[in-house]
Amino acid sequence: MRDDGPGKSDQLATTDQLARLRQFTPARIALGRAGSGQPTGTSLRFMLDHARARDAVHAALDFEAIGQSLRERGWSAVTVRSAAADRTEYLRRPDLGRRLSPEGRLAIEGLRRGDNIAIVAADGLSASAIEINLQPLLDHLRRLLLARGLTIGPLVLVEQGRVAIGDEIGEMLGAGLVVVLIGERPGLSAADSLGAYMTWRPRIGTMDSNRNCISNIRPAGLPPEEAATQIIGIIELAFKHAVTGVQLNDLRGGEAIPVVGPQE
Amino acid sequence: MSYHTTINGTRWSFPDLRTLLAKASPARSGDALAGVAAQSAIERVAAQMALADLPLKTFLNVDLVPYEDDEVTRLIVDGHDLAAFEPVSHLTVGGFREWLLDTGTTTGQLTALAPGLTPEMTAAVSKIMRAQDLIAVAAKCSVVTAFHNTIGLPGRLSTRLQPNHPTDDSRGIAASLLDGLLFGAGDAVIGVNPATDTLQDYMRIVSLLDEVRQRLDVPTQTCCLGHVTTAIQAINLGAPVDLVFQSIAGSEKANRGFGISLSTLAEAHDAALSLNRGKVGRNVMYFETGQGSALSADAHFGLDQQTMEARAYAIARHFKPLLVNTVVGFIGPEYLYNGKEITRAGLEDHFCGKLLGVPMGCDVCYTNHAEADQDDMDALLTLLSAAGVSFVIAVPGADDVMLNYQSLAFHDILYVRQALGRRCAPEFENWLQRTGLADLDGRPLEQVTSGTIGPALALIEAMKA
Repeated sequence: MRDDGPGKSDQLATTDQLARLRQFTPARIALGRAGSGQPTGTSLRFMLDHARARDAVHAALDFEAIGQSLRERGWSAVTVRSAAADRTEYLRRPDLGRRLSPEGRLAIEGLRRGDNIAIVAADGLSASAIEINLQPLLDHLRRLLLARGLTIGPLVLVEQGRVAIGDEIGEMLGAGLVVVLIGERPGLSAADSLGAYMTWRPRIGTMDSNRNCISNIRPAGLPPEEAATQIIGIIELAFKHAVTGVQLNDLRGGEAIPVVGPQE
Repeated sequence: MSYHTTINGTRWSFPDLRTLLAKASPARSGDALAGVAAQSAIERVAAQMALADLPLKTFLNVDLVPYEDDEVTRLIVDGHDLAAFEPVSHLTVGGFREWLLDTGTTTGQLTALAPGLTPEMTAAVSKIMRAQDLIAVAAKCSVVTAFHNTIGLPGRLSTRLQPNHPTDDSRGIAASLLDGLLFGAGDAVIGVNPATDTLQDYMRIVSLLDEVRQRLDVPTQTCCLGHVTTAIQAINLGAPVDLVFQSIAGSEKANRGFGISLSTLAEAHDAALSLNRGKVGRNVMYFETGQGSALSADAHFGLDQQTMEARAYAIARHFKPLLVNTVVGFIGPEYLYNGKEITRAGLEDHFCGKLLGVPMGCDVCYTNHAEADQDDMDALLTLLSAAGVSFVIAVPGADDVMLNYQSLAFHDILYVRQALGRRCAPEFENWLQRTGLADLDGRPLEQVTSGTIGPALALIEAMKA
């Protein structure tokens, strides 16, 4: 890297020279140093971002308020719990987050069956993802589904839910395809990302490789309207080929739609 | 055959070796998730006591994963060196712990013993060792490997510079790369996790890393951590591949989940060797592992996750890698719940790897849903450095913006060099000094001249996105 020429090159490189590289990446480059450590400002900034992500993981979603506001917009929404009793158990036991509680099963048994599409919304690892993105995404999704003559079953909201809980719910509702909308694991830069998982003919025990996924749904990532369009694209392909997952990718060719999201 | 011990008149029984090992494991969420963990603290100690009395050679007679069904077991059994095992063949697991800790047991003896040990033996003894035992013994081990430079020499600590970018943007990768070089990071490898796994992106990324390395004349190796089959295709197309990467796990079934087998790895190893690129040595493979990966693929055969993890190192050592690291806190809180469990697992993985003769490093890391923070990473980094870890991973500001988890910051490497006096690989240190990036002691300078970084800046700005 050395340039032995005299003059300007002997001057100390300024922070500005390195900071220019920030235009190329969201990574935390050119932070400067305080001895071997980070300057106080960047150190605290990191702690703030981590605190935000931690709070997003542990914040409880206000299901009553969400359900109420969705009902006001014409959705018939029911709230159920997974078999995970609380957040700690949810984090330690993913298997419990994939199954309904006994009360949850009872509630689903009382619902209308046989629609084309079941929609499940779960808190997952980010309550704010649901709070911010669910309603706009659902509005676009409903418009696009109805325009294609597809029927939508009752909306099921799940507390302490994981992606695979949609298999049990979709199976009980006799749906052709289940869409699971779920809060993704918060990162330091974004704590409000929603993921959407589409599974054809959902059954308990469905493998993750039989789903397709769209992730990073949030205003500053993949905006809800565009996400709804992409979800509809996958649903149309799924109904055409009667399959989702890696097989759907094989059938359609071209760039693969991910089968598993970056984070559940 | 069952195993038992008696504590104050109460007899504790364990029906088989698998159960004994699992119940003797220090507590962690993944073993509870698998339903194999001890039910109480006393049951755990009872299992540890029974395990301590077990003759070490028991592991040569019992296959924890059936030989007929599993190529990893066959590799372990068929590759065992009975002559190398001889010095410890008469010991119990408890006696083996004391033999390892004995100040008279030398580095040379440990090196000679490695081919005589099975992964299960190292896992077993680790379960009755405290953190300081794991550190003290690992610090006595020596595993030296080489490609464009030399990794694992005494008093050294290398780093993987991980310049990931959310969309694999070339200039974005290069910007993080330069940031890391200014901190003296990257002597183990400059390695990018690609956001996609297409052949085209793989080719572009290895070419861009190679261009930066060659233009700046950095004595290190580069790697794109795509799938091993992508690497083979790229090599066949003439891509400049230094190291071939692959994630591996401790059973054939788990590896099938990764889309690999031992024969795929052998093919990749041969392909990388055929390029004949290494200036200093011929260790061309880079593996990552992590406790819980077998369970997440339902391929753990009722074994505890730490024993399964150690079995992956048998695969690693077969292919004489330059680098191996556990991604200890990456797999999630359902396997390692908090900082304490992550710390313990990191020390166990490093110990078992080194004892088996593997150039063991660690991604000191955590996710946002684990009960851990940067303080836990500082502690684990300090402990691993005391244990002589071969390398750790570092990213800008500890924040991996592609994989969305926290690893170490480049600054953290400066800390450990300052606090514990660990230096980077000698060839790399020499380069840092030659280019004006480090002082005579090899410490990266806080301020460098415009002339020093000018060529690198120009190179990046001239790149296509």
